[in-house]
Amino acid sequence: MKLLVCVKRVVDYNVKIRVKPDGSGVELANIKMSMNPFDEIAVEEAVRLKEQGKATEIVAVSIGPQQAGETIRTALAMGADRGILVKTDATVEPLAVAKILAKVVEQEKPDLIILGKQAIDDDSNQTGQMLAALLGWPQGTFAFKVAMGEGSIDVTREVDGGLQTVGLKLPAIVTTDLRLNEPRYASLPNIMKAKKKPLDETSPETLGVDVAPRLKVVKTVEPGGRKAGVKVGSVAELVSKLKVEAGVL
Amino acid sequence: MSGNKQELAKLQWEDPLLLDDLLTDDERMIRDTARGYAQDKLLPRVIEAYREEKTDRAIFNEMGELGLLGVTLPEDYGGAGASYVAYGLVAREVERVDSGYRSMMSVQSSLVMYPIYAYGSEEQRRKYLPKLASGEFVGCFGLTEPDAGSDPAGMKTRAVKTDGGYRISGSKTWISNSPIADVFVVWAKSEAHDNQIRGFVLDKGMKGLSAPKIGGKLSLRASITGEIVMDNVEVGEDALLPNVQGLKGPFGCLNRARYGISWGSLGAAEDCWHRARQYTLDRKQFDRPLAATQLVQKKLADMMTEITLGLHASLRVGRLFDEGRVAPEMISLVKRNNCGKALEIARVARDMHGGNGIQEEYHVMRHAQNLETVNTYEGTHDVHALILGRAQTGLQAFF
Repeated sequence: MKLLVCVKRVVDYNVKIRVKPDGSGVELANIKMSMNPFDEIAVEEAVRLKEQGKATEIVAVSIGPQQAGETIRTALAMGADRGILVKTDATVEPLAVAKILAKVVEQEKPDLIILGKQAIDDDSNQTGQMLAALLGWPQGTFAFKVAMGEGSIDVTREVDGGLQTVGLKLPAIVTTDLRLNEPRYASLPNIMKAKKKPLDETSPETLGVDVAPRLKVVKTVEPGGRKAGVKVGSVAELVSKLKVEAGVL
Repeated sequence: MSGNKQELAKLQWEDPLLLDDLLTDDERMIRDTARGYAQDKLLPRVIEAYREEKTDRAIFNEMGELGLLGVTLPEDYGGAGASYVAYGLVAREVERVDSGYRSMMSVQSSLVMYPIYAYGSEEQRRKYLPKLASGEFVGCFGLTEPDAGSDPAGMKTRAVKTDGGYRISGSKTWISNSPIADVFVVWAKSEAHDNQIRGFVLDKGMKGLSAPKIGGKLSLRASITGEIVMDNVEVGEDALLPNVQGLKGPFGCLNRARYGISWGSLGAAEDCWHRARQYTLDRKQFDRPLAATQLVQKKLADMMTEITLGLHASLRVGRLFDEGRVAPEMISLVKRNNCGKALEIARVARDMHGGNGIQEEYHVMRHAQNLETVNTYEGTHDVHALILGRAQTGLQAFF
């Protein structure tokens, strides 16, 4: 059984994001980048499935500039077997990502695809779902727990009311939520060995995918500062404010 | 390219000269693993460990599992085969939490695994290195004696030839890890070798070998320190490290450890700097943050400058190490400078925290206390000055 995991290079979660002065986006120059945390969870889950003997090969794929190769190397150091970098310097929106991944799936024919539920840079939460639609495969999103069966997989999902378990026939798509697992640190010997694992390069053009943006960013602004609250003098005043101003009573 | 038309970049205050850019992929990944481990697993337990003077033996196993022990040694012996720069980055991340944790690690890597690898027989390598790399064994290094510190050639420990090997007598002091050690690399003058200094590998439990703890330390309290007492310890011929004689044996080990310390001390300094910056931004007196005052900004500017220059110097020495072009004096230069500056930064950071600075949860005073040791061990600040003085005058001034 072959697994495909998708990893995105994003601004490190510890970095304080700054908006560019002209509002065209956020500062990316000289900023620490690392693997999207939800994708780390996806890689960890794939590696665990392999360690349990339920998968034989893990292919890590990333779409982005040359440096996204480093993100793939991290996945290889964690335990993926080989990598594919779809190299592009363009901004790639979720639909284009899904189309590229669909092409990679055509070539690789994995039995299961594991992706982060969203990337922490644009928080779109669309790629997994779009990919499922393009491939016509079943999807288990926001996975809290996965249990591999024979030709099927049970995915326990985090939903508003609690947990919901769906049974999917393979091939299928799983997107990971925060509590699925705790990703391992890549050990130093594995980091060094990862250098010897194969990393192939291709491009959206080679795969025949048009990545031209469909969306237009109108404006990027810093979140507004929190305004000071007010002190109420009595319970009656509080109730009146809740009724009149907040409109919640 | 025209300099006039170039757009100016934005400064990253935490890494002003972009050290990150000068690292390779795998060095960055190794740094991230070390940082993740140190922040997630070491930081939460350091306050109690320091207060209670408790060394957690499990830390060796945890570090071993991640490959943080013997970073530069070949994979065949359980190492990672990584660069000296990677080793320095690991030291920096571990010491960002506590100098004691970094001491435990650098003793194991540079002072125990390295000599067994570099000076040992193939049997000794196979017997000890994989278990030291995994943390199954803890190692220690015995050079310093009660009456031989900066002058190691004055050591009194003796090895006398016996039928099947040697009988070793003497005592060593200020030995990191010794009370919990399984493996003891000790240096002794050997009568059978014209009284030259030779290395021996001793195992815990040998008759006449003991390692009492030294209590009452006000520094490096999370890392255990002891003596090594050898009362006619009988060892076989196979305990001798065959491939080195003289002081260059222990010095070869110390060069590596000192180089790691040059990075590590600045990890502790960076922690103090970042905490002092945050504290003075948050703390308001006279209706404005302390960080809005010129006295505080001057201190922060000095910290940023010294740490940045020191890190780049250590990176350069690391690259020269990896290219086989390092001179011991280069290591003296960065060890001395970085430890001295780190100690000063930690003291100033303590000061900037006001009364809160003496409290354990603000961390800075612990770093300052630790760095008193780091500035002293593995060649004091002054002894490294004498090395640098000799290097440029040709005149030794040790005695």
